[in-house]
Amino acid sequence: MEPNQSPEFVKHFSHPRNVGSLDRRSRRVGTATVTVADCGDVMRLQIEVDCQGRIARAMFKTFGCSAAIAAGSLTTEWLRGRSVDQAEGFSGDYITERLALTPEKQHSSRLAEDAVRAAIADWKRRRCRQGQPAS
Amino acid sequence: MTPKLPLYFDYNATTPVDERVLEAMLPFFGEDFGNPSSRSHAFGWKAEAAVEVARQQVAELIGATPQEITWTAGATESNNLAIKGACEMYRDKGRHIITCSTEHRAVLDPCAALAKAGWQVTHLPVDEAGRVDPAKVEAAITDQTVLISIMAANNETGTLHPLAEIGRIAKQAGVLLHTDATQAAGKIPLAVESLGVALLSLSAHKLYGPKGVGCLYVRRRSPRVRLAKQMHGGSHERGLRSGTLNVPGIVGLGAAAEIAGNELTDDAERLVALRDRLDEGVRSQLPEVQLNGHPTERLCNTANLSFAYVEGEALMMKLSSLAVSSGSACMSASREPSHVLKAMGVPDALANAAIRFSLGRPTTVEEIDFAIGAIVQAVRELRAISPLYELAREGIDPTRLQ
Ligand SMILES: Cc1ncc(COP(=O)(O)O)c(C=O)c1O
Ligand code: FES
Repeated sequence: MEPNQSPEFVKHFSHPRNVGSLDRRSRRVGTATVTVADCGDVMRLQIEVDCQGRIARAMFKTFGCSAAIAAGSLTTEWLRGRSVDQAEGFSGDYITERLALTPEKQHSSRLAEDAVRAAIADWKRRRCRQGQPAS
Repeated sequence: MTPKLPLYFDYNATTPVDERVLEAMLPFFGEDFGNPSSRSHAFGWKAEAAVEVARQQVAELIGATPQEITWTAGATESNNLAIKGACEMYRDKGRHIITCSTEHRAVLDPCAALAKAGWQVTHLPVDEAGRVDPAKVEAAITDQTVLISIMAANNETGTLHPLAEIGRIAKQAGVLLHTDATQAAGKIPLAVESLGVALLSLSAHKLYGPKGVGCLYVRRRSPRVRLAKQMHGGSHERGLRSGTLNVPGIVGLGAAAEIAGNELTDDAERLVALRDRLDEGVRSQLPEVQLNGHPTERLCNTANLSFAYVEGEALMMKLSSLAVSSGSACMSASREPSHVLKAMGVPDALANAAIRFSLGRPTTVEEIDFAIGAIVQAVRELRAISPLYELAREGIDPTRLQ
């Protein structure tokens, strides 16, 4: 490990939480695969929303740097149990602060933020297309 | 027993000073501290004698005569002196130099400086194993060509160039051949005659000597090569390189060269076996690992491996128990893959996930086995969380994702 990494960073990079996949065909699941143009890191984020509009589960996979891996893990932890409304306000700054990311690693926070947005959008689209009521 | 961590697998970056070398150097920090330029007393004579013994030792390693060895502060300086010095001296012949795209910065940058001053620089391509085709060298030579600079062995991949063949071509065309032998010295036999080189650079700290000292071989006969000095001052080294000599360093380089000459064959045999154990150990347990470099025409100690579907910086972090080098200038936002791997046609994604393992005299079989375990575990962990690996296993080509 580099000497200046925060314990939170080390925890999420060394033992990432919520790694894996949810059933992308379920209408309760929103899936996003986003990438950073600069570096090519890829994050796939999935959320499963229950009938109260709460995120019951969130799972991720990352191809990317250590910060992108830690960011994916921390993001899924944050999402779990929150309402979709709350999740829409998710900011990458939270990741930057909690993981104590230096400026050059902060595009992993943006990657996480983009992934959250896109996963919610996907969930909404699928829900609407299938004519389901909001909750 | 777990070895002391992190384990060092970066001997192409630098080597520890051999104890015997250190032993030889120590007196010249202490009671034998004289300046070899002091011609009027015993302190100076003693230092000068030691420097001349070292010159003999280094000359022997490469089949040269002692008069052909000029001390420098390392291979970077040797390369600068060779390239800029030869071009300045022979510029009336023309303004063209030939090098190759996988050279070290210490060759590419002096060439770039010449290009800026109006010289034409040909960067020859390499094949996928990283070798220059001698026929391409021949085709690139014009009546304006002053110098060819092709390294003996590449620092990132260990690939050996067909130097003797290039030497023959250069000789036939009457063009000087310089070789950066920094990585080759002490790992493969080098003989300036059979290689046909006019200039050869090497550095002490890559062959178990100290840092900050090296030398340049400058051919004295057929042809006699002259260089324009790049360091002006007190006319040390027959005026070619001014500056008070680094006596302990030079003594260290001499001792290191002698040891390397004596032990080269044994070292090489042992290191090849260890290197191949590492390579095979990793590849038998992990699919989709690529060797970058020539399968056989390669330094005994170097294995550069790329791991598909994982990212280089994350892999380096997971491998924090191993001191290794990555294939990119990582840790930065826009990853620039290594120019060497790029020139070999390695795709960016694989170049980014490349790791150079370079072994050395102290490397043990226990260290190799520990490394194999650490690599296999790290790559498996990262692949388990890689969406690209998942896609690939489902038969989708992830490179076509974007
Ligand atoms: C091929 C090659 N040339 C030149 C150098 C520079 O050598 P030095 O550190 O002695 O200047 C190195 C070492 O990094 C090298 O590997
Ligand atoms: S390097 Fe860009 S998110 Fe990791």
